[in-house]
Amino acid sequence: MKIGVFVCHCGSNIEGTVDTKTVAEASLDFPEVTFATDTMYACSEPGQDGIIEAIEEHKLDGVVVASCTPRMHEPTFRKTLERAGLNPYMFEMANIREHVSWIGKDREANTNKAADLVRIAVEKLRRNQPLTPKEFDINRRVLVIGGGVAGIQAALDCAEAGLEVVMVERESTIGGKMAKLDKTFPTVDCSSCILGPRMVEIAQHPNITLYAYSEVESVSGYVGNFEVQVKKKATYVDWAKCTGCGECVEKCPSRKAPDPFNELLAPGRAINIPFPQAIPKKAYIQAEHCIKLTKDKCGNCAKVCPSDAINFEAKDEIITEEVGGIIAATGYDLFDWTVYEEYGGGRYPDVVTSLQYERMLSASGPTGGHVKRPSDGKEPKKVVFIQCVGSRDKSVGRPYCSGFCCMYTAKQAILTKDHIPDSESYVFYMDIRAPGKLYDEFTRRAMEEYGAQYIRGRVGMVYPDGEGQLVVRGADTLMGTQVEVKADLVVLAVGAEAAKNSPQLAEKLRISYDAYGFFMEGHPKLKPVETNTAGVYLAGACQGAKDIPASVGQGSAAAAKVIGLFSKEKLKSDPQTALVDIKRCIGCGKCAETCPFGAINMTEFRGQPKAEVLETVCQGCGLCAATCPQGAVQLKHFTDNQILAEVEALCRF
Amino acid sequence: MPVLEGRELRIIGFLCNWCSYGGADTAGVARFDQPTDLRIIRVPCSGRIDPLFVAKAFMNGADGVLVSGCHPRDCHYAEGNFYARRRLEVFKNFISVLGIEPERFEYTWVSASEGQRWQEVVTKFTNQVHTLGPLAPVPEISLDRLAATETAQP
Repeated sequence: MKIGVFVCHCGSNIEGTVDTKTVAEASLDFPEVTFATDTMYACSEPGQDGIIEAIEEHKLDGVVVASCTPRMHEPTFRKTLERAGLNPYMFEMANIREHVSWIGKDREANTNKAADLVRIAVEKLRRNQPLTPKEFDINRRVLVIGGGVAGIQAALDCAEAGLEVVMVERESTIGGKMAKLDKTFPTVDCSSCILGPRMVEIAQHPNITLYAYSEVESVSGYVGNFEVQVKKKATYVDWAKCTGCGECVEKCPSRKAPDPFNELLAPGRAINIPFPQAIPKKAYIQAEHCIKLTKDKCGNCAKVCPSDAINFEAKDEIITEEVGGIIAATGYDLFDWTVYEEYGGGRYPDVVTSLQYERMLSASGPTGGHVKRPSDGKEPKKVVFIQCVGSRDKSVGRPYCSGFCCMYTAKQAILTKDHIPDSESYVFYMDIRAPGKLYDEFTRRAMEEYGAQYIRGRVGMVYPDGEGQLVVRGADTLMGTQVEVKADLVVLAVGAEAAKNSPQLAEKLRISYDAYGFFMEGHPKLKPVETNTAGVYLAGACQGAKDIPASVGQGSAAAAKVIGLFSKEKLKSDPQTALVDIKRCIGCGKCAETCPFGAINMTEFRGQPKAEVLETVCQGCGLCAATCPQGAVQLKHFTDNQILAEVEALCRF
Repeated sequence: MPVLEGRELRIIGFLCNWCSYGGADTAGVARFDQPTDLRIIRVPCSGRIDPLFVAKAFMNGADGVLVSGCHPRDCHYAEGNFYARRRLEVFKNFISVLGIEPERFEYTWVSASEGQRWQEVVTKFTNQVHTLGPLAPVPEISLDRLAATETAQP
């Protein structure tokens, strides 16, 4: 074998702290290395051409590139090899940037370590075999998890492109957080007026199947061929018959049930239709609050229902859907602000969250769009907004900025003035973050045109003054003074956190999530909607807090990725799969038991049980290889011999 | 090229591709300074690691071995790190039988977003191995004795 080694300068990124020339020279001493050179930018066009020329000139049949992480450029260089007529898998990378040049400035130690990393890459490459991917069919259907604005956008874009879409929504209606909003910044256009028609399109689109009040139970399979179990939670209403007339809601005597759509601002009924524009506009029963289901009394809804849709016997149902791609668009939830004892921690009725205030402002909300204090129903004349509640606060474990709270607070201050012209608004803020198009202008409008008084500083305490008002005491860091404002209503700009059960969903999808539960994108800049799991994409706030335009943008981006994936005739599997040496296999079946993907079948060969790997199903984890007591299963390109050769290369001195 | 005499020790890391290798990349991108001793071998999943790889590394003269994978429940392959955890825990209990200080071997979980944590893990582990110093070679006397018994045999 003739191996060529290319040591990349990466401008000064590597060359700055690694002597690449020395590394290249040292590489010539490694076994089977016949050519070694340093190169300015290996990944650039001239860099790649240089590799191709060297392959042809020196008749190389294997290449090591020492540069950045293989997680970044391995696919790039594999294509380079292919262009030079080599098998793309006769390639290895030594990561001398992220793992060497960027983590220390000791040039001698770095150069030495870089050469060591090239050595193990060479030792591994010497034992590589040419591999050919297998082709397999794609199921051109896509699953969208979450029916908020990001999921709606993704689903409609896919459906418009001719794909069959399955949408799963946890609540009984799609629309997500945006449906709860009264108006949107910075245009102050009505949220349900712009979202409503999109929701209707979802319901009416012939390519979209909607499962509302449902959750993803399990996901198996792989890109192109996922099998998804969807749990349709019992609604106790036959949605095929329900017309959404609302008669049952009127007659329901259980009037202390929670109303999650209205953010628990007012009690709801046990049987409920979240809001007039709900899609699907169907009733559902909250079993634990239903008198019939808990005490076997009442049954009013069944009596009044004109279409005989009520079914108290209903059970959860599991539906299996087969799809080729998945878009997760599960959005966010509000931080549990009650940990802030100083703001009342949920004890004072007139301290509300931003989303509760949004429901107060909305004409479809429990107050019919009239701002009324929860305690006495009076119109508040002085409203205090407190920003960064659960954002940029390490003490509650939320050091990140939720990004959109500054903007919606400005919007709510404007709307307060619109609703109650003689009202005054005060906003306690840390910094104003308004970086979007027309955003800064908007916050200025709130201050200058609508007279919202912005006070830069944190609030230390909120307490009732005993006369029906709340005293908000805080600092004004610009004036260097203490401030006290008497408020009729306090609105907390609560930050976003990952939606409930995000980690659990991530585990089902086999994607990563960060310390806060937000899903991890494939690359922070270049793969914002991809994940590290092929065929699974992200859209909207499930990846990190973001506002409506960004969520919609990601919805479309994720759809474009799925459409791109499905535009291929067939998909190619990663050929770095497990392989059974039938002569060594004793047919114990341990590998088949361990495989998380069911990629190993037990078959018979001349009357003996033997393991067999289904190449397109195998994901290449190598669990079987570590399990096999005989060493009969080997993971291609990560064989025992290869890993041990790497170990030996590092330890021989 | 050997490790730098007197400054570095031979420390081998087995890292899963999806979490810890990514975490080490994240640490690099963020320029988190780390000791230079560690050499990383990339494997697809911590479940791919046969504890014998670690044993082999020590037999070949490694002074320390660090294994890192995805946090339990966050495995790219659903359950690989559960297998890894079980195997490595057994191995860690067994390692002193080989005459190797258990502190020379650690396994840990670092996700792709935890660059800072990776820096902490590497620094702490490297210091730990440096406290122990180089792995003591098999004493010559016992080799002599072994040779003696071998020649004594007919």
